[in-house]
Amino acid sequence: AALNDGLRSQVSAALKEGRVTPTELCQRCLALIKSTKFLNAYITVAEETALKQAEEAEERYKRGQPLGILDGIPIAVKDNFNTAGIETTCASNMLKGYISPYNATVVQKLLDQGAVLLGKTNLDEFAMGSGSTDGVFGPVRNPWSYSKQYKEKSVPKSHSEDEESNWVITGGSSGGSAAAVSSFTCFAALGSDTGGSTRNPAAHCGVVGLKPTYGLISRHGLIPLVNSMDVPGILTRCVDDAAVLLGSLAGHDPKDSTTIQDGFKPFELPNLTDVSKLSIGIPKEYHAPGLSSEILALWSKAADLFKNAGAKVVEVSLPHTPYSIVCYHVLCTAEVASNMARFDGLEYGHRSAMKDSTESMYAATRREGFNDVVRGRILSGNYFLLKQNYEKYFVKAQKVRRLIANDFVKVFRSGVDILLTPTTLSDAAPYTEFIQEDNRTRSAQDDILTQAANMAGLPAINVPTALSERGLPVGLQFIGRSFQEKQLLTVAKWFEKQVQFPVIQLEEVKRHDTDVFQHQKSASFS
Amino acid sequence: QKVSVEVLEHLEHLALVDFRDAEGVERLQKAIQFADQLHEVNTDGVEPMDSVLEDRWCLYLREDNVTEGNCTKELLENAREKVEEYFVAPPGNIPLPKLEERETFLEGS
Repeated sequence: AALNDGLRSQVSAALKEGRVTPTELCQRCLALIKSTKFLNAYITVAEETALKQAEEAEERYKRGQPLGILDGIPIAVKDNFNTAGIETTCASNMLKGYISPYNATVVQKLLDQGAVLLGKTNLDEFAMGSGSTDGVFGPVRNPWSYSKQYKEKSVPKSHSEDEESNWVITGGSSGGSAAAVSSFTCFAALGSDTGGSTRNPAAHCGVVGLKPTYGLISRHGLIPLVNSMDVPGILTRCVDDAAVLLGSLAGHDPKDSTTIQDGFKPFELPNLTDVSKLSIGIPKEYHAPGLSSEILALWSKAADLFKNAGAKVVEVSLPHTPYSIVCYHVLCTAEVASNMARFDGLEYGHRSAMKDSTESMYAATRREGFNDVVRGRILSGNYFLLKQNYEKYFVKAQKVRRLIANDFVKVFRSGVDILLTPTTLSDAAPYTEFIQEDNRTRSAQDDILTQAANMAGLPAINVPTALSERGLPVGLQFIGRSFQEKQLLTVAKWFEKQVQFPVIQLEEVKRHDTDVFQHQKSASFS
Repeated sequence: QKVSVEVLEHLEHLALVDFRDAEGVERLQKAIQFADQLHEVNTDGVEPMDSVLEDRWCLYLREDNVTEGNCTKELLENAREKVEEYFVAPPGNIPLPKLEERETFLEGS
């Protein structure tokens, strides 16, 4: 096996050769979850079932019959995916105590491959937010807040203040999943991505975050936010691992009629050495207001990297980019208004004690169950869907959506293969600073670079690129053509190899434990 | 241009979610203002887009065969109030109290 084999292949080999067992892996991850509890990345840890799954995997390895690369691999799942027998809360009071009666298709697929489900990760309530700060179980802390790299760069105001007030957010809404992967408590995690919810926390936590093409991976069992944009997201520590996960999750699902029927063939990523045939597009509108000069410089450096390696790098224009957030705002709230209607207290979830009438029970249940962000979006959505507003707002937004999607079509038709953009406007903000602005404002600001890919249904991936001045991760985003994940990931893998993003140095993680977890040298790009 | 009280009441009735306070109403006002930016875009001759997969039309009808079901027990498991195989709801057809009365009405929750 070569040095640049994905972590997955290294672990897979170790498992096959018996150098490590699935139960050892599972126990190490569970112990790490306990020792990193302060991150608040997990809402539910399914310790018993995980150990049982690990034991079953171990039996299979002993017989020399593992189910595949994922057999025995500990993974975590965002708490908006249904997991049979395990509480699924969406970080909301509305679903506290709700035990899913079934597995989401993606969860089932992972379990069928022998993956070990460690637990459910924390998020913004109902995946609405860009900080993973607005859930009922509290905010998720970015593991990098506790890294040597960050601590070295931060000036403690006073001894008592330092760690407690300095910690930075993970980004969101899949912050728990990103933090889990970043802190080595699992090898991969599922997130969801509607406006950037997988890529944003991936960028802030220094992990790979893949948003697949809409229609490639089943949404059955993913509690929906915006049916026309939601996709399950994949978070891993390297691009190869993301390809492995994609291979086991993609494909038509009869239970999700929005999955395409074309057969999907899992692929291994080639080691690209010649990029001279590639055309990289740099969309000028992604030089958005508020983009930090640091990230701008990194973006530019990345473009040069491709140019110097022989690729064609061109500036392109996606003129409707500035309207994608407004468009999203209308379409999202409208679909949310519809999707949240199912929560009435009758069949599942929270139920108010109010019993004067059905309607008042519904109203009280929803008042008690939803936080302000969710309720605000429901109300806005209903406003845009009113008969007198339908054409003016909802249909108008659908038309603008087409214009946004067409912008991408035009650019890809002109010969560009992949677009290169920043993922976030800056590195992770300290929590105390982040909560100064309300959720909607923050989401509008933070989603600006990721949202359009959801509008157009295109695949996009965050690749950790370098550390910022503050010692925090910064990632760059690649956006590809519909259903061309292989090309997208191949380019991402090439880039990942060039930048050699440093491994997080977490004091909590014992040195000898990371042998199995490390896979990249620490020379850095910046 | 402020949203009228009638519309606010209507919205609460449709959404079965209340604004709770002036801040909630203010939030809606801001949301509308924000959305108004859409009107800057010229969409003459542009068709609304329902799905990014419109070219690959994958919404299909399957054969009307029963492939799963008989999971009454599982379905009832998560309900708070049930009797035999029924979900139990409070009496229906009782309109929600008007806005002014509702504040005190929902205070209990």
